[in-house]
Amino acid sequence: MIRHKYFKKLEEQIFFGLMKLATVTILFGLLFILFTILWKGIPNLSWEMISQKPQGGFYMGGGGGILNAICGSLLLGLGATIFGLTLAIPIVIWLNIYAGQYSRNAVIVRTALDMLWGIPSIVFGAFGFIIMLALGIKASLLAGIVILTLLILPIMVRGMDEVIKTIPKELHESTLSLGATRWEMATKVILRKALPGIVTATLLGFGRAIGDAAAVMFTAGFTDNIPEKLTDPVASLPLSIFFQLGSPFEIVRGRAYAAALVLTIIILVISFLSRLITAKYQKHSR
Amino acid sequence: MQINPHLGISQLNVHIGDQQILKNININFPNKAITAIIGPSGCGKTTLLKTMNRLIENSRGVNISGKVLINGQNIYDDYVDLTTLRKKMGLLAQRPTPLPMSIYANIVFGLKLHGIKDEKILQEKAEKYLRIASLWDEVHDRMRDPASKLSIGQQQRLCLARGLAIEPEIILCDEPTSALDPISSKKIEESFNELKKEYTIILVTHILRQARRLADYVVFMYLGEIIEFGPAKEIFENPKEQLTKEYIGGLIS
Repeated sequence: MIRHKYFKKLEEQIFFGLMKLATVTILFGLLFILFTILWKGIPNLSWEMISQKPQGGFYMGGGGGILNAICGSLLLGLGATIFGLTLAIPIVIWLNIYAGQYSRNAVIVRTALDMLWGIPSIVFGAFGFIIMLALGIKASLLAGIVILTLLILPIMVRGMDEVIKTIPKELHESTLSLGATRWEMATKVILRKALPGIVTATLLGFGRAIGDAAAVMFTAGFTDNIPEKLTDPVASLPLSIFFQLGSPFEIVRGRAYAAALVLTIIILVISFLSRLITAKYQKHSR
Repeated sequence: MQINPHLGISQLNVHIGDQQILKNININFPNKAITAIIGPSGCGKTTLLKTMNRLIENSRGVNISGKVLINGQNIYDDYVDLTTLRKKMGLLAQRPTPLPMSIYANIVFGLKLHGIKDEKILQEKAEKYLRIASLWDEVHDRMRDPASKLSIGQQQRLCLARGLAIEPEIILCDEPTSALDPISSKKIEESFNELKKEYTIILVTHILRQARRLADYVVFMYLGEIIEFGPAKEIFENPKEQLTKEYIGGLIS
């Protein structure tokens, strides 16, 4: 007995140690990346960087900034997120309330979404490019948004889905018993209950949309200008970083880190704001 | 048993997949009384309850035949409107199910669904039914707090008040005290004793003592069949069927 107890304790200690090791490794990696971005980004960050479009010879050390990419990324990221939300919410309601949570159709859709989740974004980009070639569409803001929407839809739907699945069946039944239709139950109770999860899933989607380079490379193009309409090509921060990092000039490579810093700050600010806005409702959704 | 039963069931069979859950159920529930449905787990008590407000239809692969009659009308007829049907039946679930909103919004949720918008009426009804569920004194000064902040026992009384607020004729209860502490259970039971003057109450319970305390009539079910139905006194003191005797005596469970 005593021996057995001793081993149990040892076992726990070993696994606790492994947990700590894993956490520290990940934290170290992330902090290292963040630290590098800050270290190299801050000295290159200037008002000019974020308030001006690139001027002639920008990629060879000339003046100007990355306003084109900041605006472009915001338009692409927010556009895809809004588009994604308007598609994801109905899909999630259908999956959980109309199709029957574990019906065959729901399982097929879930499996399909899980597979789409794993497909690299360059494939989405290439797929979009083929369709655009066939239809004779040029790289544009709209095409970029559409492809990014497809890219983030699986994350958003499955993220929300997993949260809604955990809502007890009794809550569904009680709501229906009060005389609610399935639609009223979905919109007035279930979505409300799942709000924190919906926000998280939306933020994950936004983060992936704004941070992705490969999907927009063929579909949204790149430009030094700020788009004026949906059919204009559009720049993005990830691609801007990519181009600047490939430069032989030290100063341009330095600016890439500043651009990365701007991207990180945008994601941080948007996350913070959306958490702040939903905090008001969140107290009811626990 | 009586001429105009509120709630009657005739020749009801329910299959889920290839399993028969309910076998040829025929019963007329007495009006304005508590009828307890007792029986071992898996005997079909909850399924029977859920056929009465058609929640059973949400289960997968379910096949229902027979009739459930409310005031003489079969609720499985094609033209029956689910919302109207469910307005007649309050449901109290096994665990409390506060809606993700304030205490007040919980109470008036059903009323709003049924088209009552006048704030004054809503407030009056909220107070009336919170009092009936003996919760008013505990919550009247914090109606805007989230319902999830209440204790489990308070939440269940809130759910009772919420169900009563839509002014049903029949109250269906699915082991309503199984998640509660003894004191909260007692409060719920006391409410039932008051409510049976006005409502027909169907109470699924696995607690024999609770059935003894509350029930006017008892239905004993075993493996999807009604074995015995009669006044509580008769069932508990002088059961006719051998199976009932064994269950009440604690021989089968």
